[in-house]
Amino acid sequence: MRLAPPMSIRSRREAPLAAVVILAALVLVAIFADLLAPHDPTLPVPGANVFDPPFWMEGGSTAAPLGTDFQARDILSRLIYGTRVSLIVGLMGTLVAGAIGTLMGILSGYIGGWVDQVIMRVTDAWLALPAIVFAIFLAAMIGPSMWNIIVILGAVYWTRYARVIRGEVLTLREREFVKLAEIAGASKLRIIKRHILPNVANTAMVLASLTVGVVIIAEASLSFLGVGVPPPQPAWGLMLSEARPTLLAGQWWLTVFPGVCILLIVLATQLFGDWLRVKLDPQQRNL
Amino acid sequence: MAAFIARRILYSVVTLVILSGTIFLIVRLTGDPVLLMAEAGASTEDLARIRQQWGLDRSWAVQYVTFMQNALTGELGKSFNYRLPVSELYFQRLPNSLQLGLFATLISLLIGVPAGIVSAVKVNTWWDSIAKGVALLGLSIPGFWLGLVLILVFSVSLRWLPTSGAGDWRHVLMPAVALGWYFAASMLRLTRSSMLEVLGSEYIKLARLKGLPDVVVIAMHAFKNALIPVFTLAGVNLVVMVNAAVIIEVIFAWPGIGRLLYEGIFQRDFPLVQGVVILAGFMIVGINLVVDIAYAVIDPRIRLTR
Repeated sequence: MRLAPPMSIRSRREAPLAAVVILAALVLVAIFADLLAPHDPTLPVPGANVFDPPFWMEGGSTAAPLGTDFQARDILSRLIYGTRVSLIVGLMGTLVAGAIGTLMGILSGYIGGWVDQVIMRVTDAWLALPAIVFAIFLAAMIGPSMWNIIVILGAVYWTRYARVIRGEVLTLREREFVKLAEIAGASKLRIIKRHILPNVANTAMVLASLTVGVVIIAEASLSFLGVGVPPPQPAWGLMLSEARPTLLAGQWWLTVFPGVCILLIVLATQLFGDWLRVKLDPQQRNL
Repeated sequence: MAAFIARRILYSVVTLVILSGTIFLIVRLTGDPVLLMAEAGASTEDLARIRQQWGLDRSWAVQYVTFMQNALTGELGKSFNYRLPVSELYFQRLPNSLQLGLFATLISLLIGVPAGIVSAVKVNTWWDSIAKGVALLGLSIPGFWLGLVLILVFSVSLRWLPTSGAGDWRHVLMPAVALGWYFAASMLRLTRSSMLEVLGSEYIKLARLKGLPDVVVIAMHAFKNALIPVFTLAGVNLVVMVNAAVIIEVIFAWPGIGRLLYEGIFQRDFPLVQGVVILAGFMIVGINLVVDIAYAVIDPRIRLTR
């Protein structure tokens, strides 16, 4: 009798096709937004009314295929340009968080002593507040702009990196190649650059892939509350916020489309992140 | 044991001092509350009077020490806007947030635990795949958007549920689902991995070898032990939900702590924002301390690690 290998192990080793396709498509949409968008996302569509429905509904037209918003702007064009905002904030915010967190984790784990104590206590303090509450608080205090949001989300989400990477560095520090480099007289900076950093890069990558989606949702949440990307910029969270007054009037397309976009992008990054985690860390395969 | 508890308490105090200091500094670095409190065109003397009245003319260090002294006696200052003590406003709203949090916890448990158990018992079958899909959607669907869609479906189209405010179970149902959804996914993941761990352990193998039926092994032996971490997480999540439900409370006009914070931020009501955020920190640090100590009491191995 031949036993087929369990489905999950085999399928987990291949890149998740759907996620890669969705991500690639979204990146292309973001890059070529100028070419793809039928209208200017910040100006009314000429000849269209406010709250035109999508083209397949009565009263819709192909001039604004997914309908228009409260300023008669084209929903489709705003969604297309919104991809840009979400991807830029998601990637840059993750990069800032990853850079701060990796640096803190390495310093904390490798130098140890009071540096470790200080960094870990600050990490604890940061984790004592729900991340989203902290982000809303900072955004409200500092003021809304896309670049502020990137810095704020980076400043909020670095703690997970710091903790995990510190743990890795604590074991790396005891490994022979690090000990030997120390005996050979290599400086701390050189050891960190040549021996520690390359060995925590995989972990940082996995954390990053799982953070992108969280950051994208956080940006949408901030924009929704009016402390994120300011109008008239086309951001999905902002579109949801602008759709709120019309919710009870049944203009569902204003709420459904931006949300589906957020869902798709986060789902794709999560799938990709899960796959990356299993690929880079065999110990995770049973979880 | 005593040393362990003492160290955990010390860490918690340090955490709270850093947190409150950070919040305190950020609030003061980003704007002058006096300009917002005074009427337009107020004279310099008026501004100075308000500053003195609210104690804002003293140095930040003095203000911080005074603030912490008062905080320790349960006095968190007066809201600029409501002209009421912050603690009074907070505890007025707390029961509403607790109610929402409890319902949301219940929903996260009702979805997460059964799905997690089925997923672990039928590991690597299509049941497992469905559960994984649910967990993935839990992390990918933004809770606030789920709330908006629920309003569209159940309030606008079907007209079954009210869109906003607090009242009976009909009011709490949609915000609780929107809030609990994300946490259901984490419950599911934890239940699954915890069950898998227990099911692979020696005493479960022994129970199976004794010939006990699967139902008995899973329900009597595995379930009980696997659920300890799950209920711990549920408790911690409840505290987080009570404090982090800002957007859900705003969408459903739920009169809880989250909306109090939201209003405070937009009115630049410094003492209110500061108080609410710091109380959130106190609650979360508190629950984590309780969990840490409880686990150390149950499992002596934890006391030995730092």
